[in-house]
Amino acid sequence: MNRTVTRRILWGLVAAMLGLASSTTTALERTSPSTADHERFKALQGPFASGPKVTEACLKCHTEAADQLQASIHWTWEYLHPETRQLLGKRHVVNSFCGSVASNEPFCTSCHTGYGWKDMREAPPVAGNRVDCLVCHDTTGDYWKSPTGAGHPVYDMLDLGDSSSRRPPDLAQIARNIGPTNKQNCGSCHFYGGGGDGVKHGDLDSSLIDPSFSLDVHMSPEGADFACADCHTTSAHSVSGSRYLAKARDTQGIDVPGHTDFTRASCESCHGVEPHGSAKLNDHVDQVACQSCHIPEFARGGVATKTWWDWSTAGRLGEDGKPLTIRDDDGNLEYLSTKGSFRHGENVAPEYRWFDGQVRYTLRSDTLDDSRQPIEINKLQGSHDDPNSRIWPFKIMQGKQPYDPVNQHLLVNHVYSANNDTALWTNFDWTKALKAGTEYADQPYSGEFAFVETLMHWPITHMVAPAKDALRCSACHAREGRLAALTDFYLPARDRSIWLDRAGWSAALLVLVGSLAHAGGRILTRRRRKRS
Amino acid sequence: MKGVMIYKRFERFWHWSQAALIFFLMFTGFEIHGSYQALGFGTAARLHGLAAYMLIGLWILAIFWHFTTGEWRQYIPTTNRLGAVIHYYLIGTFTGAEHPFRQTTRAKHNPLQRLAYLAFKLLISPLIWISGLLYLFYNQWPAWGLEELSLGDVALVHTAAAFAMLVFVIAHVYMATMGKTVFSMIKPMITGYEDAREQPPAKDASDQGSVETPPRSAGGKTST
Repeated sequence: MNRTVTRRILWGLVAAMLGLASSTTTALERTSPSTADHERFKALQGPFASGPKVTEACLKCHTEAADQLQASIHWTWEYLHPETRQLLGKRHVVNSFCGSVASNEPFCTSCHTGYGWKDMREAPPVAGNRVDCLVCHDTTGDYWKSPTGAGHPVYDMLDLGDSSSRRPPDLAQIARNIGPTNKQNCGSCHFYGGGGDGVKHGDLDSSLIDPSFSLDVHMSPEGADFACADCHTTSAHSVSGSRYLAKARDTQGIDVPGHTDFTRASCESCHGVEPHGSAKLNDHVDQVACQSCHIPEFARGGVATKTWWDWSTAGRLGEDGKPLTIRDDDGNLEYLSTKGSFRHGENVAPEYRWFDGQVRYTLRSDTLDDSRQPIEINKLQGSHDDPNSRIWPFKIMQGKQPYDPVNQHLLVNHVYSANNDTALWTNFDWTKALKAGTEYADQPYSGEFAFVETLMHWPITHMVAPAKDALRCSACHAREGRLAALTDFYLPARDRSIWLDRAGWSAALLVLVGSLAHAGGRILTRRRRKRS
Repeated sequence: MKGVMIYKRFERFWHWSQAALIFFLMFTGFEIHGSYQALGFGTAARLHGLAAYMLIGLWILAIFWHFTTGEWRQYIPTTNRLGAVIHYYLIGTFTGAEHPFRQTTRAKHNPLQRLAYLAFKLLISPLIWISGLLYLFYNQWPAWGLEELSLGDVALVHTAAAFAMLVFVIAHVYMATMGKTVFSMIKPMITGYEDAREQPPAKDASDQGSVETPPRSAGGKTST
């Protein structure tokens, strides 16, 4: 009888522990339930004729939300760098993918968190109802924007005859089911930057929506099951974590409420500054970013990332006069008449650079030196001797972009136009497209163009692998290791004095050979003595 | 009949564990240096540090032992019969001459050995230790006020000392075979005893060692 009681207690304990375990590990229960049921809100019953009509309903309760969002970089696409004083943000920079947003607005601004920003030369629309709440807060997965709608979703069936074409989103249904942001929301733009899944970043693509543990320990349901905002903590619609001014070395350590800035967009804000069991590994954290060892390769989720984009070959048409689409053996795009030639990579080993968090861009107004190619579209600052710098992993994006060889600057790349034939994707004529683009952006242009080889750095920080897959010491501590390019410091096993090595080994060899010769002499003379 | 105990138990323990640690430190050290890949850099570095601490511990014991037993005097350099020993290694060993030095409990090392071991203890070892400890505590340099030091320079010194150690080991191992027979000098380092048939008991011989010719009196430098 005693035994059954004990058994019952034991089972009870096991059940209690299991219950506890599941309550701490499942995402559902981790997210605190809302105090409001949006299903029951009268203002959200619809129907809604447009996105802005939904926003008007949202703003009736969330009175500050539009103002907050409109102050954030998600809205302004503008960032005045406090150190370099460069005016950055999507509105101003040139990248090594599509080039620039200006002159391609209704296409590029389909990823703006607003409705109807049709002209990059002007600030985004000011009306509060122009903010798009649904793109970030949809939980149904049914909200989608027209790729050429300047941020608007699709309102009508695109092709009434085709039953397979995607249905326009039911705005009222989505509005009643809004919630906190998740991977899908952020990913709908950030996974598809540069014109397709995984194209731009290399460490951000659709494989992160439901990643395996080996792909990303933080975002995997088998791991921490994080949403983006769990690290990119948000306050008043301003999201932490910046590429323009990154925190390359977080010395603050674990983010303690009341003591620090509530920013969790660094590894240290959860893991601290001494995260390893081994003191020698902890000795590395002042100079090596966590990402350098813990993201051994990027584009690991089965989605290839673009590594080379050569615009100079764009415009070549097939024999039938139609644009070409050529794929490589892996099924990745190799050539498009609209965009030129590509190379892709999966499971790419990053390249490593010293980085203090500051990035200086080559803007359209900056003068190039085309005798020194590739041109760095963005330059990283940092060195071994700077205590704020650490070794960071980067995706290096390379390719060729149009520039003005007379005035020596990058040119506005006018590729998309909804209503005339000035753009490259309609006319396949660079002369026309660049003329239209520069005129639109009011950029000085000699009328001559050529293609300059460019290079762009993309910091790698997502797709953190399980600890067991972190780089071995010998990945860098080797004669030809991953850090072969960083030569401004002494790295054990990589560096040596070749002269000391030669002298040392020669001396050892000399003594060895001398000893053997001496021994030979002893044996010979002993034999001779014995014989005589 | 057993001969004379030349190398006491602690001395033999110290010698052979030091030998093993030095061989292991050289093996792992040259991997850390990048000369080859065997254990993998991380493992090599960890074990190298561990073995270094063991060697330091062993040395603390040995220094204590040397001073408490007075055995440190064995390393006081002397030029007495140094020329004779060098002459033997260069010429005598080929002509069949006897080794001019006979070890005793009070003079275990011939004058050349004394010089070599003293250099080992006062030059190579401290150099390798100081540079090695600095290397190991690279991250503490700023706290110790050593920002000006360069890791490359410390590594250079450490590597140079390692090469000196390698040269010493090769020469030491070879010269250990130069007794009457190949193993006659190695055996007492293992058993502790000098073979009785090779040498009569020499307990009361001079601390400069004994020679075939009538022993000279001890040199003034060393008698205390």
